[in-house]
Amino acid sequence: MAGNKGRGRAAYTFNIEAVGFSKGEKLPDVVLKPPPLFPDTDCKPVPLKTGEGEEYMLALKQELRETMKRMPYFIETPEERQDIERYSKRYMKVYKEEWIPDWRRLPREMMPRNKCKKAGPKPKKAKDAGKGTSLTNTEDELEKRGDGEKSDEENEEKEGSKEKSKEGDDDDDDDAAEQEEYDEEEQEEENDYINSYFEDGDDFGADSDDNMDEATY
Amino acid sequence: MTQAEIKLCSLLLQEHFGEIVEKIGVHLIRTGSQPLRVIAHDTGTSLDQVKKALCVLVQHNLVSYQVHKRGVVEYEAQCSRVLRMLRYPRYIYTTKTLYSDTGELIVEELLLNGKLTMSAVVKKVADRLTETMEDGKTMDYAEVSNTFVRLADTHFVQRCPSVPTTENSDPGPPPPAPTLVINEKDMYLVPKLTLIGKGKRRRSSDEDAAGEPKAKRPKYTTDNKEPIPDDGIYWQANLDRFHQHFRDQAIVSAVANRMDQTSSEIVRTMLRMSEITTSSSAPFTQPLSSNEIFRSLPVGYNISKQVLDQYLTLLADDPLEFVGKSGDSGGGMYVINLHKALASLATATLESVVQERFGSRCARIFRLVLQKKHIEQKQVEDFAMIPAKEAKDMLYKMLSENFMSLQEIPKTPDHAPSRTFYLYTVNILSAARMLLHRCYKSIANLIERRQFETKENKRLLEKSQRVEAIIASMQATGAEEAQLQEIEEMITAPERQQLETLKRNVNKLDASEIQVDETIFLLESYIECTMKRQ
Repeated sequence: MAGNKGRGRAAYTFNIEAVGFSKGEKLPDVVLKPPPLFPDTDCKPVPLKTGEGEEYMLALKQELRETMKRMPYFIETPEERQDIERYSKRYMKVYKEEWIPDWRRLPREMMPRNKCKKAGPKPKKAKDAGKGTSLTNTEDELEKRGDGEKSDEENEEKEGSKEKSKEGDDDDDDDAAEQEEYDEEEQEEENDYINSYFEDGDDFGADSDDNMDEATY
Repeated sequence: MTQAEIKLCSLLLQEHFGEIVEKIGVHLIRTGSQPLRVIAHDTGTSLDQVKKALCVLVQHNLVSYQVHKRGVVEYEAQCSRVLRMLRYPRYIYTTKTLYSDTGELIVEELLLNGKLTMSAVVKKVADRLTETMEDGKTMDYAEVSNTFVRLADTHFVQRCPSVPTTENSDPGPPPPAPTLVINEKDMYLVPKLTLIGKGKRRRSSDEDAAGEPKAKRPKYTTDNKEPIPDDGIYWQANLDRFHQHFRDQAIVSAVANRMDQTSSEIVRTMLRMSEITTSSSAPFTQPLSSNEIFRSLPVGYNISKQVLDQYLTLLADDPLEFVGKSGDSGGGMYVINLHKALASLATATLESVVQERFGSRCARIFRLVLQKKHIEQKQVEDFAMIPAKEAKDMLYKMLSENFMSLQEIPKTPDHAPSRTFYLYTVNILSAARMLLHRCYKSIANLIERRQFETKENKRLLEKSQRVEAIIASMQATGAEEAQLQEIEEMITAPERQQLETLKRNVNKLDASEIQVDETIFLLESYIECTMKRQ
């Protein structure tokens, strides 16, 4: 600020009495370092409340902490490989139950994509309720590649019906995840390749030739 | 979100859900709403893990999602909801006092799992209660259902927003994420279920209630083949209702401390009558006539009508203004000023903090400044009757800690310091915010210290756990006293001492966390209601 800085001696611009120091008195030392990390307190804190309620809540808190660690929501970090695999680690492994969220309430992108789906001929089920659309897309693509004969109309129709049945999902009682596994089993049964291999020894050669046309990898 | 809040959220998420969920959660709190791929890219975690973490967070109502244009789904974290995790023990204990063990376990299951269907809750709670009962006795599902219905009626549990039932003729592809809706009327509507059955013990060798062999699961569980009657209807704990209850408790105990037991009972009756009729954010309750209050007093209290009227007049005239008179019909219409009550409680908290931190003289000055609103330094010395030097020292100490602030009133347009009034004042809202911030920091420090203590003694804790397991297994197989003694001596006396100290310290830290949370609740309620008013 412009002012009489350089001319006369330093003069306070306000009434020094108001701050609390009289003229000429020794000012307190300038602080050169930050305040200590754990300052001494003259006033000690009041002791904690004790009582039946507080004790119960304390026990509850500690119990909840332990319980949360065992719930399926606690996602553990995958540990790095240890040098020596300790026997006790296997012993003390906590058994956690699987938790499958309700996929209907979550955005579609949350569903895990199964990359290890078999690339075999998929059944043309019109009532394919409950499948995540990501899965149906992968299947449809594979089908399109595999069966060149299929018309586009059929595929679109199937997609349309699949989408419609997805809307009617709310009425469906089964979890979509369960549906996945269920469908896999069904597909395995319907896959002629394996069935004929075990059941009918005579037709083995003929049938497998037929399947070779349909299933391309 | 302040740094202190973010740090506290990070510690809470880590303790309850592990590091992966913590990383995702903290990232969302820091950066606001983001889509899935951006989260995965920014945090450097695999898409699979991000999905899992988000599922957990959404399940526990900590993260919500929204569909934006072009079908992008964005996820947003609710920081204040994460901080509620500190209060879980208080919620559960409150339910225990109101609805005994059954209610307590219902709320505990709902809090631990985020949201559950009613049938799932009833089954879990019945199983848990059966475990604690004597051999041969089991807990009936009907009793648990009754308690659940009571909790829903008093609004302590509420329905979660559900997926809307669309018709099959909806054209176009399904949306990338469902928009969940809930009707106000349906929020506390319990579905008509007939849940028949009894709780099961985990290790029981008898057949279960349905008469099927142990290997098969009972019929109405989340079995794949069986339809669940209330599928899709999820329930969650209604935290706002609990907060309303805590606020009522605080007001009643304040009145009891200030006046006497009878007046606190009257206030409690008034609050109980307005529980459902008044919304939680209303500034005051609906007016209640003196006749109504007289009729609703608890049975044990036989005070005459005149005495009740006298008490009500006393309460209404009290300078704290908890109770106000709004009319004269029906023997006098009285309301409870909720916002004023919260403000008084927050102010009392501030005064108490000043007293404990700086001493009772400082507290006197603080109360003086509160009363006078704006006061000059010279006047403080006169009114408080404290020597000038000490008064100045205390004022500056409080000023530097932000309990007080200075208001400048210039006499001349050039704001010259010698010609300006400097008035000390206390802005309760900003002081409350400052104190709240400090509370968050304290709890973060407490949690860190507790984790440090536990980590320091990890080896010792593991050893003692192993010894306990050995003793338990030996007792089960029937061992002699001498052998047990030998095993117990595996832990030496100084180690035992160390364990004792550790246990005491951890208990103290945990209890401190719970108590600081009580202060946080008061301050947050006050800040919230003041912000709503503005």
